[in-house]
Amino acid sequence: MNSPANSAAPLVSAEGVSLRFTRPLDLAEKLARRIGVKVDNPVVHAVDGVDLEIRPGEVVGLVGESGCGKSTIGRVLAGILPASDGVVSWKGKALADLAPAEARAARLAAQMIFQDPMSSLNPRKRVIDIIGEAPVYHGIIQRREKEAYVSALMERVGLDPSFLQRYPHQFSGGQRQRIGIARALAVKPRFLVCDESVAALDVSIQAQILNLFMELRRELDLTYLFISHDLGVVRHISDRVVIMYLGRVVESAPAADLFDRPNHPYTAALLREVPRLDARHRNFTPIEGEIPSPINPPSGCHFHPRCPHAFARCSAERPALREIAPNHLSACHLNDRGQPLPAGLHAG
Amino acid sequence: MSNPVLRVENLQTWFHGKKGISKAVDGVSFEVGRGEILGLVGESGSGKSITGFSILRLLDAPGRVEGGRILFQGQDLLALKEEEMRAIRGRRIAMIFQDPMMTLNPVLRIETQMVETILVHEKVSRQVAWERCRDALGMVGIPSPEERLKAYPHQFSGGMRQRVAIAMALLHRPELIIADEPTTALDVTIQSQILARVQGLAREFGMSLVWITHDLGVVAGLANRVAVMYSGRIVESGPVDALLDNPAHPYTQGLLGSIPANIPRGEPLRPIRGMTPPPLLRPSGCAFRTRCDFATDACLAEPEPTARALAGGLARDWRCFHPRHDRSAA
Repeated sequence: MNSPANSAAPLVSAEGVSLRFTRPLDLAEKLARRIGVKVDNPVVHAVDGVDLEIRPGEVVGLVGESGCGKSTIGRVLAGILPASDGVVSWKGKALADLAPAEARAARLAAQMIFQDPMSSLNPRKRVIDIIGEAPVYHGIIQRREKEAYVSALMERVGLDPSFLQRYPHQFSGGQRQRIGIARALAVKPRFLVCDESVAALDVSIQAQILNLFMELRRELDLTYLFISHDLGVVRHISDRVVIMYLGRVVESAPAADLFDRPNHPYTAALLREVPRLDARHRNFTPIEGEIPSPINPPSGCHFHPRCPHAFARCSAERPALREIAPNHLSACHLNDRGQPLPAGLHAG
Repeated sequence: MSNPVLRVENLQTWFHGKKGISKAVDGVSFEVGRGEILGLVGESGSGKSITGFSILRLLDAPGRVEGGRILFQGQDLLALKEEEMRAIRGRRIAMIFQDPMMTLNPVLRIETQMVETILVHEKVSRQVAWERCRDALGMVGIPSPEERLKAYPHQFSGGMRQRVAIAMALLHRPELIIADEPTTALDVTIQSQILARVQGLAREFGMSLVWITHDLGVVAGLANRVAVMYSGRIVESGPVDALLDNPAHPYTQGLLGSIPANIPRGEPLRPIRGMTPPPLLRPSGCAFRTRCDFATDACLAEPEPTARALAGGLARDWRCFHPRHDRSAA
């Protein structure tokens, strides 16, 4: 796949972005604090100092397991959630510094497609309004053009335009996902954040939707952040893949590089453990341990308690995400030891 | 297979609704040998879970087994009284569900429910039962099992809860386990841990397993044989390698063509067109014919022909008028 020039200025970027969620104290904790016990508000570090650049026309796959912050950073980049720290930029300008009109244009240009189309489509609205409301409101089309505009969009995403007046519950899961896509496209976005958009679909329907994403990208010159836990899906459609673990980016590389030469032990473990059709009658050799809680993450490298190669420095110091090969970034102290990764680490 | 642990013959499970009869399972037959892992694969609505529920007779109205036989160690489960069935269920055949909270009672300590599970079927002292529970938790990889026995289900993570459910299923060393998508809701690294445990335990104790899933990748790694279900029927079955490398039924081919890993990067996937028909609107004849690129008028006939070939001495079957696989390789 032709990868966009690396020199191109990023369309969207995050620099040192963190997002923390704080839980208010419950009654017992408030009372304890009253009588002088030191009680801190529990803080969830959903996203912890993430740098990410997405260039125009690129499909970036963002992979990670539950609680790694992949959906949260997606929402920050789509402009739905504000970052606690760090700068999110649109075409090189910080979102916070944009003039109101520019900010509105930037927000419209970034749209999101969610995992569960049933909970992201208003069940009491007809399809024509679900898809047509936003473009009318934002003055992209006139109200009288709405029916024709929505019909054309429905046809584009593979829905029968005669279903204009139907409600979401009258569609199957795959069709609902198509409605969600048409709704996002209705405001002529440049950048789509797809958050597990095919995860809930059966594999034959998932393939239909993935093909649709690829067609739309070619025809409308779209840029995607494709968030998924499914490495097979990500490998298929991404130009570049970013792996997250517990709020941080651990590795980022062009797709072919990442799958052929994973550098970070977590990436290697993930690749090894994904069930594959060509890996028959396997002896499963999992990495042990659970994903730690983001309320109280491990010190240093978040992965060190599960990492088979961890050494003293890993628990003390956070590894920086740095370039280990052209365009291949990894955050692992092993790279500083000046030796190749231990044998057997590579997937395959 | 000379002496299968489980032999399902022409199973029919129907749901009687207001709008008509949904034939969720419509003539399913398969066998599972001792120590064998059978992957039962299908998409939503294919009837794979209902097949699992039917074997354990866990169906509620309006669902009912209308026909066929379910022979477990030669004994027809459908002919048993509920009382006799209860002596088998949980002890000789266990089930693991996708959601472990279907197994676990949220208001009881793990200890209470596990010990009770033993005492229902066996006359042993509470102490002995407790020790067995502790060992079972250790076996599925739960750290410090003595303390964890005192915990409630909500104090475990999703992966740990599924381990507890598996430990409970293993308490009586069942001869057969029916696992209904037990790792689908879990993360990749946790799924791999569970698969490793199940595989090890099945080998160690010679347990047979029916692993119900939509994930062909899991089946490829875990199972000995696969049966592919579509719209209430098994359309193809056979040894893992033969079936995945050389699928005969167009539906199996379509499934494999929909999996991104099978198609070069950036190329369009080759999905099956359309979607699975609801059971009430199932086409006559071959249920897949409306989505099949090879369908002809012959496909209207009922039932589809079944064919059998040998692959490395093992039987493989399919139901199709125009199987696609290369016969010379079969």
